[in-house]
Parts: sequence; structure tokens; C-alpha cells
Amino acid sequence: MSTEILDLIEPEIANMDCVYEKPDTLTDMRLHYCPGCGHGVAHRVLMEVIDELGIAEQTIGVAPVGCSVFAYHYMNIDMQEAAHGRASAVATGIKRIHPDKYVFSYQGDGDLAAIGTAETIHTVNRGENILVVFINNAIYGMTGGQMAPTTLLNMKTTTSPAGRTVETAGFPMKITEMVATLPGAYYVSRNSVHTPNAVRYLKKAITKAFQYQKEKKGTCFIEVVSNCPSGWKMTPLQANKWMEENMFPIYPPGEIKVPK
Amino acid sequence: MSNDNIKLMKGNEALAEAAIRAGCQAYFGYPITPQSEILEYLTDEGRKRGMIVLQAESEVASINMVYGASGAGARVMTSSSSPGISLMQEGLSYIACGELPCLVVNVNRGGPGLGTIQPSQGDYFQATKGGGHGDYRLIVLAPASVQEMADFVFDGFDLADKYRNPVMILTDGALGQMMEKVEFREYDPKDHTPVKPWATTGKPADRPRNIITSLHIQPEKMEEINLHLQAKYRKISETEVRYELMDADDAEFIIVAYGLVARIAHRAVELAREQGIRVGLLRPQTLYPFPSKALTGLAERIQGVLTVEMNAGQMVEDVRLAVEGRVPVEFYGRMGGIIPSPEEIVKALDKLIRKNVAQTAEAY
Repeated sequence: MSTEILDLIEPEIANMDCVYEKPDTLTDMRLHYCPGCGHGVAHRVLMEVIDELGIAEQTIGVAPVGCSVFAYHYMNIDMQEAAHGRASAVATGIKRIHPDKYVFSYQGDGDLAAIGTAETIHTVNRGENILVVFINNAIYGMTGGQMAPTTLLNMKTTTSPAGRTVETAGFPMKITEMVATLPGAYYVSRNSVHTPNAVRYLKKAITKAFQYQKEKKGTCFIEVVSNCPSGWKMTPLQANKWMEENMFPIYPPGEIKVPK
Repeated sequence: MSNDNIKLMKGNEALAEAAIRAGCQAYFGYPITPQSEILEYLTDEGRKRGMIVLQAESEVASINMVYGASGAGARVMTSSSSPGISLMQEGLSYIACGELPCLVVNVNRGGPGLGTIQPSQGDYFQATKGGGHGDYRLIVLAPASVQEMADFVFDGFDLADKYRNPVMILTDGALGQMMEKVEFREYDPKDHTPVKPWATTGKPADRPRNIITSLHIQPEKMEEINLHLQAKYRKISETEVRYELMDADDAEFIIVAYGLVARIAHRAVELAREQGIRVGLLRPQTLYPFPSKALTGLAERIQGVLTVEMNAGQMVEDVRLAVEGRVPVEFYGRMGGIIPSPEEIVKALDKLIRKNVAQTAEAY
């Protein structure tokens, strides 16, 4: 926002009651994400929950490689930047040293479901008491829109220019359903951030996950089906609509595994 | 009277026992011959004595758990053998850039590829020149006895903390498997626990957040980090070189060898001296930093150098860089997991001497 606009609206804001504040655990740094991208909201929800639970001083996060590689610029907590795909192994190392602190990894689909598949599955299989936040937008955003393991069939990317085919690239990978089969997974949920209602559901899921982590119940795994307007070559509105119509049938939102 | 500090142990077990005594808080590892005793010993004995021991799904996971645990402020280690160490190179590069202290043990076996489980020194380049991508160095310690397998664990952890740098113990399958007497030093980890204000332990309200990262997108910032790392490596090179010099006072020739080979080479020195050959031995205990200055100094007063290794000739390149053409440098090596005999080394020495005599005659 340009200074001129701020000058105009700031006196107005000063007279208003602030009913929607930035969580303390989000830094003042301007997000580098593209307009309409789901990362910003997902960051906010995660930090909001950490604030509300009052656990910022006991929480250590792990950032991935991908668009959210700089997550630690925005999250005002101790964080480690992992190599591509290794976030859950790094989180395991942290958690084993600090079993009473809260540890989460924040990873995209290329990071978690391609190069980091082994680390992801074994971390969940050990039932590490961590939260894995998995942002699935079915594409490699950071590197310019290549095909991901979660890319839908017939979906166009720079490495599937005519659309993903089963013959050359196999099927969209439902890694969240896969990890839900593991006994180490205590709570598995699939959410989104494209509507206020969806945000409320995600917030509930993350709150539960931290509660379960406190009780040392096992791995909590939350997928956020998200968009990539730049990579999908759509406007933010088109992207959200396309996500609902095409992503949700393959990756349906809802709780996948809940404690008995 | 029994002394709890003196034991008869396998090299790998002595190393693992030393890790417990050095206050190593966590070990992450994966089975591979010939180093699995480390994982096994720590799983049993280490856990009993309070160590966190996790058998990971791969060496890739192990080294990244080390990254996380070291970043979280703990004294940590992993161990593996050559193919597994190759898998760790990515993680080591991140650890080096993130300046995380840790100890990594490579019980070197023969390669390339799956190779052989027999001893080798084929990983010298990988260990001493960085190993992974980017400009970085590990501090590399090369034990030559079961005693040093234990000693270098204590030293390795201390060096790692002192410089916030990964330290590698580069040993081999024979040293790992053979049994010798070992005396563990008096060492109270409490006296060796530095404050780690940089660790990710959870951010209290009164300090800025701690971030462990190796990502520096701005070229100027990245170069600043590079220069900082290089300055650190220079300081390590100036302060931490360790080597042993044997029978060198009157030596006309010097054998350079490390680890197991140095012990065999020492026997070769004895045999050669019985034949009247005045030869000494330089045994680097740190491979990085390499004892270049000591070798440069020696080159001023000797007639030739023989480097002996269990590889195709790797350390010999550092020897040549140190000698800088002052005297001839010859190499003798065995590969494939074969250990050279003292007699073979004497023969190689004879060859160097004959060549030297011929060259001297030519000069007249």
C-alpha cells in the first residue's frame, strides 16, 4: 500500500475499534507470497493458534524448501530451516531433545510428498509427537510451476505441458490418506483456507493437534489443500473456484483420522 | 584393583563408550558394516546411561536429525561407513553452513559403489575437501589405535563446540573391529558444556528469535557468510593441526601415512632402519587441517617422501602441495580393502631411494 493511501486511511483507522489484530507471533515483515496464495492465511492461522494457546515461547518450527522456505521470516518463534524434504527428520531431532516443547514442520507437496516421502512416513510411523502442516497446491510453486506428486490428472504444469498422464507420471498421490493408515498417526485432517468457514475449521484442527501434542499422543498431520494462482495461471478467484471443483474431489476436506 | 577407566575393547565399542562418557546426549544412526557396533553399543549401553538413541530410516534422516538436535542445543553424533556417509553429504553441507557442532564417524570401507566391507582410506578426499556442495570444511581426525578411537571422541566434541563446526572421525573397518587396551580419560561433560545462545530452545519474550538456516539469498550476505567460514577454517588451520613425528631427527626420507597404515608404516621404518636406511614417519592426526607446515619444514632437510595409503593416492596430493617440489614425492597404495604389509612399504621406499640416487647422479 502506498504511503499516500495510508495517510488517507490512517486517521479513519485511528477512530475505529480494532477487532481483528495481527497475532503477536507474526512478524511485521511483508509476506513475499503471490496475491491470492494460501500460505499467508495458513501462516496466520498457525500463529494465531500458538498465540491463543500461549505456547509461543515453547514452540519450535521447521521451515521447508519451497515457497514457504522463508516461513521463519514471518513466524516470530525459534525456527530451523531444513533441507528439501527433511523437515520431519529435523523436527524429530528437535523433539527428541525437547520432548516437552511443541514442534511443528510446515511443508509443501514437493517437499513432503516427493523428496521427503521417506522422512514423512517414518516420522509418522514412529509416532513422533509433532505437528506436520502439509500445504498441498499440487505444484512446485517456487521453482516455477513444475508437476508435483499431487498434481491432478490432465493438469497442466511446465513439466506436464499437455496435462499429467498416468502413462508417464502415474497418479496424484494421496499421502495424507497413506499416513492415516499408520498407527503412529493420532490425528489426521484435511482442511483449506479459501473461505472464512474453512479457516475456522483449520484453526480448530491445529488447536486440537497442539493439545494432542501436549498429551504426547503421536503425530498430528494436517493437510491444507491450497492454491497457486501464479503456477496455475489463474486469478485468485479462479484458482479458488478451480480448487473447489477439481482438487476437492481428489483431496476432500474433512477429518480423516480422529482419536477413538 | 580394577580400574573402571581401563578396558579391552573393539575400536567401534571404545568409540561408542567414549561418546557416552563425553556426554553425548543423542545418537542418530543406521546400520551398515563395519560400524554397526556403534549403534548397537549405544542402543544398549547408551540408553541405559541416559542417551537418546534413535535408529533412523536412512543415513539421510540420521544426519538431518543430527541437524535438528544440534540446532536445538544438544551434543549429538552419528556414525556410518562410506556409502552411508555419501548419503549424509547434503546434510553435512547444511550443518557446516548453519555452523552446528556435531560429531560424525566414518568407519571407511572400500569403494566405489557398494564396494567391500574391508578397510579402506578411499574417503580421504570426501572427508577433507568438504564432501558435499559449496565451500566448507569438516575438522577431520584420524585415529591410529583403539586408544585414539576413544580419545578423538572427546577431542572431536570439544573442537565441534569450540568452532561450531562438524567434526569427522575418519577411521576404517580394521580399527573399528580390532581389540586393544583403551584407557578412558577423566572427563566431566559438565566442564565441557558451552553456552549455546543461538540454539532453538523456544524463544523467551526477552530475546530475538533464533533461526538455524543456511539460506542467504542476497549474494552480498552469502559472501559474508562464506568469508566468515573461510576465516574460521584459517583459524582452525593455524591452531588445531596435530601430527606425530617418529624417527625423524636423522631421517633422509620420510613416510607420510595416517590411521592404520601409519602403524604398518612404522614397522616398515624399523625394517628399513635395520638395513641402514635413515627413514622417519610423519603421521597426521588431523587430516583437515593437514600438517602442511611440518611437512614443508621437513622437505628442507630430507631427500624424498613416500606417501602410503589404502587408496589410489589421495592424501599424496596434500603432501605434494606441502612439499612444493622441493624433493621427490612417491606414492604407494593398496585398494579393494587390502592392507599393505611392512615389507611392501620397504620395497616402495627402496624404489624411491633408487630413483633419488639416479636423479642425483644425473644432476652431476
